[in-house]
Amino acid sequence: MADLRYEAPETLNAAVALLAGASGMTRVLAGGTDVIVQMETDLIEPELLVDIKKIPEVRQIAAENGGWRVGAAVTGMELVEHAAFCKAWPGVIDGVKLIGSIQVKGRATMGGNLCNASPAADSVPALVAAGATARIVGPKGTRDVAVETIPTGPGKTSLAKGEFIASFFFPKRPAHSGDAYLRFTPRTEMDIAVVGVGINLTLDGSGTCTAARVALGAVAPTVLLVNDAAKALIGTKVDAAALDKLATAASAACRPIDDKRGTKEYRIKVTGVIAKRAAQIALERARKS
Amino acid sequence: MTKKYHVTTTVNGDEYEVLCEPQQSLLDVLRDTLTLTGTKEGCATGDCGACSVVVDGRLVCSCLMLAVEADGKKVETIEGMAKDEDLHPLQKNFLEFNGLQCGICTPGILIAARELLKRNPDPTETEVRYWLAGNLCRCTGYDKIIRSVLVTAKEMRGS
Amino acid sequence: MATILEKSGFNPDRKLKIVGSSPVKHDGLDKVTGRAKFGADYFLPGMLVGKVLRSPHAHANIRSIDISAAEALPGVKAVITRDDFPEIKAGTPQGDVTRNVIAREKALYEGHPVAAVAAISESIAKKAMKLIKVDYEVLPHVIDAVEAMQPGAPILHDHIRTKGVKGAENQKTNVVERLDLSMGDADKGFKEADVIVEHEYDSKPMHQGYIEPQACVATSTEDGQIELWCCTQAPFVYRDRLSEILKIDASKINVQQSELGGGFGGKTGFYTEPLAIMLARKSKRPVKITLTRAEVFRGTGPVSGTKSRVKMGVRKDGRITAAEAELVFQTGAFTGSMFSNAPQAMFTRYDLENIKTVSYEVVSNRPKVNSFRAPCVPQIVFGVEGVIDELARKIGMDPIDLRLKNAAKEGYKTIYGDVFGPIGFVETLQAAKKCEHYTSPKKPGTGRGVAAGFWFNRGGETSTTLNLAPDGTVTIIIGTADVAGSRISISMMAAEELGVPVDKVHVRLADTASLGFNRVTAGSRTTYSVGMTVVDSARQCIKELTRRAAQIWKVPDEGVVFEDGYCRPASSNVGDFEPLSIADICKKTTMSHGAIVASTSMNVTGAGPGFGLHIVDVDVDRETGAVQILRYTVVEDAGKAIHRLQVEGQYQGGAVQGIGWALNEEYIYGADGKLQNPGFLDYRMPVASDVPMIGTEIVEVPNPRHPFGLRGVGEVPVVPTMAAIANAIGDCIGIRPTSLPMSPPKLLKLMDDAKKGKGR
Repeated sequence: MADLRYEAPETLNAAVALLAGASGMTRVLAGGTDVIVQMETDLIEPELLVDIKKIPEVRQIAAENGGWRVGAAVTGMELVEHAAFCKAWPGVIDGVKLIGSIQVKGRATMGGNLCNASPAADSVPALVAAGATARIVGPKGTRDVAVETIPTGPGKTSLAKGEFIASFFFPKRPAHSGDAYLRFTPRTEMDIAVVGVGINLTLDGSGTCTAARVALGAVAPTVLLVNDAAKALIGTKVDAAALDKLATAASAACRPIDDKRGTKEYRIKVTGVIAKRAAQIALERARKS
Repeated sequence: MTKKYHVTTTVNGDEYEVLCEPQQSLLDVLRDTLTLTGTKEGCATGDCGACSVVVDGRLVCSCLMLAVEADGKKVETIEGMAKDEDLHPLQKNFLEFNGLQCGICTPGILIAARELLKRNPDPTETEVRYWLAGNLCRCTGYDKIIRSVLVTAKEMRGS
Repeated sequence: MATILEKSGFNPDRKLKIVGSSPVKHDGLDKVTGRAKFGADYFLPGMLVGKVLRSPHAHANIRSIDISAAEALPGVKAVITRDDFPEIKAGTPQGDVTRNVIAREKALYEGHPVAAVAAISESIAKKAMKLIKVDYEVLPHVIDAVEAMQPGAPILHDHIRTKGVKGAENQKTNVVERLDLSMGDADKGFKEADVIVEHEYDSKPMHQGYIEPQACVATSTEDGQIELWCCTQAPFVYRDRLSEILKIDASKINVQQSELGGGFGGKTGFYTEPLAIMLARKSKRPVKITLTRAEVFRGTGPVSGTKSRVKMGVRKDGRITAAEAELVFQTGAFTGSMFSNAPQAMFTRYDLENIKTVSYEVVSNRPKVNSFRAPCVPQIVFGVEGVIDELARKIGMDPIDLRLKNAAKEGYKTIYGDVFGPIGFVETLQAAKKCEHYTSPKKPGTGRGVAAGFWFNRGGETSTTLNLAPDGTVTIIIGTADVAGSRISISMMAAEELGVPVDKVHVRLADTASLGFNRVTAGSRTTYSVGMTVVDSARQCIKELTRRAAQIWKVPDEGVVFEDGYCRPASSNVGDFEPLSIADICKKTTMSHGAIVASTSMNVTGAGPGFGLHIVDVDVDRETGAVQILRYTVVEDAGKAIHRLQVEGQYQGGAVQGIGWALNEEYIYGADGKLQNPGFLDYRMPVASDVPMIGTEIVEVPNPRHPFGLRGVGEVPVVPTMAAIANAIGDCIGIRPTSLPMSPPKLLKLMDDAKKGKGR
């Protein structure tokens, strides 16, 4: 096993070249709150760490075409402190706020949260519900993809060798839109989600839901974008009957496992409960916006 | 022999140059290389907050940063919290209101609480609890810690 | 040899100036500035880093260990295995101790140390560990205690024969002991009962959760003198056990205790220290070993998991007529769970006459358990106090009233033979009944529960020295580890006796070479026992001060009295002399007469039992099973609160540990016998946002055996906690849980089963 090498390139291209050219295990180092923990607990032994934090594109938050471009290595706290982004995407912020403690959020990033590909990642369901896209840079150039195509299994992504995510794009929001992320954990903080639900919906002038995206976390090997759950809301006033249908559809879509954080049966049940509660928060926000 | 990296970092206002292995955390280097042992290791995985420090004005777990990442950065630890003979009001009030028992979590909690009060000089009890959720304490049940922080906030607002 | 303290000299009318207040503790300043030195904060020149190689298997024969490649790695200075430790016969107490420190014939749990390395850096030590080749013959394992009791279960130790069972001499088993403890005639008592309640309960192992992982630095000189710096609750016990298993004279081992970052019983037995010492010997350099959090969970002693059946009967008028229990305790890979505490303590706050208990201690392939506060008792009281509550409900009596009706009082002879002196259980219950929490209405839809607890509190072997410097300031050296801040209480008691300000008294934690044997800091004994010996030493010094004043004034000894820090003439007949302060006398006489020093060593007795009543309000999310603690009050008798804020802190800390144990803390094992949650992420201890402020009411029914009337308070606060929360949950959702922890999936299932008409 070769000894660890640490590099901190200052451009996207330099980072791509390092990642593409390495022969052993590599990891992109953004916040490090997963990579460093995995190294400490001997789960991984990378030979190359590419610290991307010196690259300007991955650290910026900027308005773009009515939407927002957020660098993949913007820290949780930086995002939470960005008033305009919080106003635009409160559901995404719900998720980011739950990535660990204040200290962890001082380093953790959405890019890392997504690419670590834990099924329970807290920022991912809201990211998916928001319809965000990821800008991937790599040896073959740049491409934009829907974020839900990135995680392919626990700890696995669709990124090819040499590729990494430089930024996320959040589209312009129609009026009367609201999003929310809610999760279930045994403690109030510091837990990994047993179930996580991100919901993004848009209402028309009469209060009828015209668009919705429902994403579930921690109940399948990857985040699930559940069309049936969205259909349960679209065309309704998101009333009690619609919420019940939403809960049923969400529970039905789950493919959870039994593990130290929750049983299959529990997760299926609680998914429906959390989905309803998340939808109610998203609805409130949509009505106010 | 693992290649070492040259890191220049400022800790509590003092500039240090160290050689460190790339996998060494900032916590490792603070404690073992610089022998600043006020910052504690409770878990090395970011779950307990005993290693809390401030880097370029940001509250972080020093176990979740590699020492090489601290190159060129300003680090503040518990050793820098008091100014010479003058304790920070938080330190003073933790002593007065018994906000510590064994004291192992105390440096991390003081650093975290100080950062809270910088941003929010008038926190509610709930806000204090949620801000400090990343700092585990097993002795006190948190009661006197929270009280000490709230008393300090009031005192600092008054002056 | 105690010369003064035959009677404690407790005087209820004594006017106290310092005891009962809350001065800033002396060790606090270093703790808030980061200067305090804990186990891992010690460095010596030439120090090496030690790391421990642990078994990845829950149960395996160790055929061979090849350390040659590891030893050859540049930078490695020593590698040790079982071959470096003296041979001690299996099945003896020392044989168990040495085998827990380093595996000999077998690895008995995942995490069991198998070898250790000392190297010039951590990364080299880790590389060396990978080069150690251990040939394991993996064996079937058993984790659960009840499974381990069944015929056909994998046997951990060939030598174990169940103690206390006739005809067990030839049967290999995992049941270490069956303990029968009874009094009166329980069968007769049940016949007299109008209502009988019986339930089964279970609890999982949990961990003490101290935030400071074990750490030590050991050195060994050429002639075999050992210096050990470590975080421990029991420096003298460590020294003596080290002496036994390493076969080194006790006087050649000096243990210096560091500041302790939490112990709660978990640091009463060593793990890394013998390894560090043998590495230091072999490498001829100081060696530091610090455990990672995962090693703390995998390799140090958790708290017993249990299975219990509790049955109690009551008459309509509220008198409990009989109690019965059958208990199983998991002790991990080796015996030593202190399970006998449970039958002794579980009912002992009530003046029952008819009790029948049978308890079992069982080994299984997990780390050997270590103590927690009130070892083996809170998880059993979890059941007892639920039964008591149900009895109260069924006869229509207020839950505190039922406890009052059966409360033990002075003169009650306990099941373990002691007779209670003056105790405060009745007063505690009465205070609880009157308190604001209990008398205020609960919010609709929430639940309220109460539960009572008892702990023996201990005394024990204690040795301290008190000396007066020429400037009159006081230094006390103690050998009983300070786990939470007892030094300030001890300073206060000495200051009170000597009539000096508390900041003129300093208490230091001595190394083992400086004092006689001190028992482990456990059993809530420290403030009580050390207070006793320190007051005795203070009084010896006062006697010497008056003698010297008499000499200075050339009057008989009886002509001098000591008051408020001064020697004065006993009356005007004696003469007209200016009072002499302690400083005056020390300055004048130290050079001519020698220092004024007193040492007291004794086996302190007379510790007074402690009692508590907890009240808790909870809300349960009916759709997810999550529990929110809305309000919590601890009412407990402290005898006399020496330092009020410290005592409150003990109550609050114990309550929150109990909240964690009640709701979420448990060891989770996979089918492969490996621990799945060896970290603070998935071993879920309460965080600040999980709990409210914890209300406290300090009741004071003095223990007249102590000069200040105090009782230990460290353990009672954990005893009733899980029971109180379970009772509150029962009040909230109509079903009282019987399994710990009461985590959301379990509660949701209870509620769902009840809706479907299943279950109890």
